[in-house]
Order: sequence, then C-alpha cells, then structure tokens
Amino acid sequence: MPSDAILCRSLKKYYADVKAVDGLELSIAAGECFGLLGPNGAGKTTTIEILEGLTPADSGDVEILGMTWRRDERALRERIGISLQETQLAEKLTVLETLRLFRSFYRNGHDPDELLRDLSLDEKRDARVGKLSGGQRQRLAAACALVGDPDILFLDEPTTGLDPQSRLQLWDVVQRFRQKGGTVLLTTHYMEEAERLCDRVAIIDHGHLIALGTPAELIGKLEAPHIIEFTSEPPLSEDIWKRLPGCHGMTAKNGSWMLRVDSLADAVPKLLATIDEQGSKLVTLSTHAATLEDLFVSLTGRELRDA
Amino acid sequence: MPSEVRPALIELTSVRTKEFLRETEAVFWVFGFPLILALALGFAFRDKPPDRVPVAVIEGPAAAEQLAALSKSPALIPRVMKEADAREALRHGKVSVVIANDAKGVVYRFDPTRPEARVARQDADDALQRARGRRDVVPAHEEHVREQGARYIDFLLPGLLGMNLMGTGMWGMGFTIANARMKKLLKRLVATPMRKSDYLLAQFLSRLLFLIVETTVLVAFGWLVFGVRVNGSILLLMLTCIVGGYAFSGIGLLTVSRAKTLEAVSGMMNLIMVPMWICSGIFFSYERFPETVKPVIRALPLTLLNDALRMVMNDAAGLAEVAPRLLALAVWGVVSFLIGLKIFRWQ
Repeated sequence: MPSDAILCRSLKKYYADVKAVDGLELSIAAGECFGLLGPNGAGKTTTIEILEGLTPADSGDVEILGMTWRRDERALRERIGISLQETQLAEKLTVLETLRLFRSFYRNGHDPDELLRDLSLDEKRDARVGKLSGGQRQRLAAACALVGDPDILFLDEPTTGLDPQSRLQLWDVVQRFRQKGGTVLLTTHYMEEAERLCDRVAIIDHGHLIALGTPAELIGKLEAPHIIEFTSEPPLSEDIWKRLPGCHGMTAKNGSWMLRVDSLADAVPKLLATIDEQGSKLVTLSTHAATLEDLFVSLTGRELRDA
Repeated sequence: MPSEVRPALIELTSVRTKEFLRETEAVFWVFGFPLILALALGFAFRDKPPDRVPVAVIEGPAAAEQLAALSKSPALIPRVMKEADAREALRHGKVSVVIANDAKGVVYRFDPTRPEARVARQDADDALQRARGRRDVVPAHEEHVREQGARYIDFLLPGLLGMNLMGTGMWGMGFTIANARMKKLLKRLVATPMRKSDYLLAQFLSRLLFLIVETTVLVAFGWLVFGVRVNGSILLLMLTCIVGGYAFSGIGLLTVSRAKTLEAVSGMMNLIMVPMWICSGIFFSYERFPETVKPVIRALPLTLLNDALRMVMNDAAGLAEVAPRLLALAVWGVVSFLIGLKIFRWQ
C-alpha cells in the first residue's frame, strides 16, 4: 500500500483559450484532508475532474491509491466517492430511491437507511429530491458519494451557496469521514472552510501552484501576522508603508489600503501620526489576524473571490 | 435492519419507470393524446351514406321538367338558379355542376379535375336521359361493400399506433437522456462503478412496459369504440409493436447521443419525425406519392412499421409475410443503437 492516496506529476490541460492546468504537481497522503484553493477559473475544477478520471489530461501522470485511470478504472470507481460541483439529481425521485440507486452501483457499501440517519436526512427519506433545500441537496450529494464506502472523497465546492448552518452540517460529515481514516480532496474558495477542515492547502491560480502547506504555515509565510485596513481623506500615497515600523507591504482593496504588519501596538500609533502629518483625515480603520485570503492577496495582488 | 441491495440494472429500470409515471405531462402525451386523436378522427370519418351533391339548373322553359327529373336521383340536390348566380355558385364550389340548355340540347358546366363534379355530371345526365325514356340495354344491379377492415378508421388506427410508437420511442429516449446530460446527472453516474450498458439497457427495459401498455390501450380502444378488430394474431401484433418500438428507441438514442440541449434534441427529433408523419402513411396511403420516391418511402422505419401493423390488423397476415419488414425495422434499430452508443457523450 503506497502512502500517497493521490499523486499527480506535470499535469497539463490546455483549452483553446486558457491554460486550465499548467504543470501541476501534488501528492496527498492517505488519511489527509487536502484543500485546493483559488479564485473562479483558477483551474480547481479541471484539476479535481482530471484526478477523478472524468476529464483526460493533455499530459502528466495521475495515480490514485497506486492505480491509474487507464488500467484500473472500474476498481478505482469502487473506491472513490465524488460530489460534482453542479449535479442536479433526478427531481422526481425520493431521497431514499436516489441513494438506493447509487448504492446498487457498488459491490460493497453502506446501508442507505443508516447513512441517511448519519446525515440527518432520515426525516426526508421519502421526500422528492425536487423539494429539498440547498443544504439537504448537498448532504444527499455527499451521501451518494459516501454510499460506496470509499477510501477517498472528492468534493468540488461542497458548500458554495449554503447558509452557515448547512455549511457546519456538511463540515461535520467530512470530519466524521476523516475520523474513520478517509482521505479527502476538496476545492473551495472559502478560506475559513480550508482553515477549519484541511490539513494542507494548495493555492492555485491560472493553473499554477502558487503556495502549498498547512494553513498555519502558509499564513506564517506572510511574515506579518496582522492586517490593518484603513481609508483616509485625501488618500495617502503608495510609499507611506515604508515609514511604518515592522510593516511588510501595502495592497489596495476596494479603495482602501491593506497594511501587513508584525505588531499592531507598534504600527497603529505610527500610522495615525503619519496620517495627521500628511494633513489627511482617517475615515475607516479595522484590523484582523492574517488569513489565507491575505496570503492570496499578497501573492497575486487580487482577491480570491474576485466577484 | 439493512435493506437488500438490488442489482443496478433493476434499480435503474425501476427508477426510470417511476420517474416517467411521476411526470404527469409525459403520461398524457403517451397515453391520452393518441386516444383523443383516434376519437376525433374516428368521428370525423365515421361511416355515413355518401353526401348528395348540389347541382344548379338555369332558369328557363325546361327548368321545371329538369328539376323534377333530377330530384329523383338519390345522389343529387338540384335547385333552380339565375344564370349569373349559378356561375358564381359554381365558382365558389357551392354547386358542382351547372345544367343549362342551348340550341343543341343540354349543357353540363363543371370542373373536370374535381372527381365529385364528374360523378355528378354523370348522375345528372342519367336522370335526364331516363326521364325522357332512355332504357338501359344491359341489365345491371349494385352490390355495396361495407366490410369490417375496409373503413377509414380501420386504416387509420394502425397508422396512429405506428405514429405513437415512433413518438414515444424517440422521445422516451431523447428527453430523459438529454435532460440527464444537461443536469450533469450522466456525468455523476459515470463517476460511479455503474456499467454504462446497464444505464442504456434500463432505458430500453422500462420502455418495454410502456410499449405494452400503450399498444394495449390503443388497440382495445379501437375495438371497443369503433369495432376495429385485429384480424391477425394478437401475439404477432405485439411482436410487431415491440420490434417497431425498439427500432425507434434505437433511432432516438442515436438522435440524442451528442446533443447538449433540449432545444437541439427537439429540433433533431422533428427533423427526423416530420417527414415520416407526412410520407409514411399515417392518415392517408403513401400510394399517392410519385412512383420514383416510393422505394425510399417504403424503406423508412415508420412506413415499415405501419405496413406491418396494417398487414397484421387488417389483412390477417402471418409471421412469414411480416418477417421481412420486422427484420428491416430491427436493422434500423440495431444499427442506430450501435452508432449512437459509439458516439455517445456522457458529459
């Protein structure tokens, strides 16, 4: 048994107008929860679908549980569970009918009724899929992924568009799967989701890996654990940050400046004094501990959710 | 207690069947619509005595005598009209023949391209000649044919059955598959260990059930309401319906094998079905088409099916006589299915 559950080397997939995946290397250990992070169009979905054996790569190697899609497709399908980004399950079927259908595809797996209880869907077992809420649908999609008792779970944006409570319920599903030793690969553009669930995170942009590590390591790479966000009237010039103690850089965001600093206690008084000296007036000021979002902004100059 | 796990093929078939039955509109179009169509057409073309044809006699000295003579004919409704009115009535088709008199005798004015006008002219002439004393030299009498199997509804019902089998066969495949592809359900299914052949086979299996039901409903309806009998073997009729239904399922699979949207499917379905609605002898015999295109028409799957259905229902044909057509239908179905499978787009 190889220790890598998922392995890919020099993965490339070019479409006519875009390099969706451009030389990606990943190795994900068995039992690990790994997050692929990036803005829309970064190549997350293309990557995960290549790994799921649904999209052929232009070049590069993929090994899942030591097997390849070309040689061992059927055996692999028995051992992985997938939730696609935008599958609409048949609306006219009930929850239980849907899950029994998916169960019938696998040689071994969970009892559909038990699984529905585990996912708090047993009250809805006879409800039509078309009548479910967004959160219930996502849990049913997760149930369909889990029903074959997989070793690896692939989740493509499992909580996009869900309310906070539904999101917590789904996180709970993922964590319980991990407690039983399962490996998880998920894509997301929610930072807190990655920080909360993932052992390691890869940030990708334009099909390239731009950062890889545990959430704490990655945030540590920022060299600056705190972010000061402020606006002033008139705005300050761009080189102002060089005068502040322990400041590592400044980025613009929606008309305000974001400063990355070592210590709030040192930087904030000096910032206020500087604004005063410049004959400017502070309009807004807020601070927070650095997140993966800040890392992404500092790496690319753009925001993750560049909606 | 864990529930038992049934084989994927059975689950897929049962799910497909339930989905269809829960789709109220689909149930109507498959079962209700053909019945309504058969009912409407059956009544429109029900048996009744031949219509009497209106003819006009121009006002004049001979008019009264001619009107009396024509009134004795069971095929004509004569009336006296002024010259100008009669011309107008003829032009508008309100009368089929205008009867005038000139120096040489009686003049029949009519459009010879209209069959009922030619018949009315003949009837009018007979009535007028007999009234003046003509005797037939050869004794003759008529025998009227009204046998079951020769009425319009007897011709129509197998055609409707064929049309329905084509529509439900094509749409039964087309709609579900295109819909599942659009909603990425197909993609989700191929991400499991499901055998692709199981999925397609389940579509065919669940069709079998509906095929038997829709055939039975339409045939029973024709028999109960219009007395349309199946003169041949019921089993052979069932076999013909199943072969025909599956041929169209195969063609439906090919039609939908690559389409990405319901609009594209709908367009292609119509492109394939409309020519057959017109040419394949549903409502009228294709014998009226020119000789040169008939071989093509005869090879169309709906023509093959309609001919086979009429042979069994109307002419009591046996398996040996129908076999060539069933074989040709099976070739249509199998070849379409294999090509469709080859080029099928799962995502």
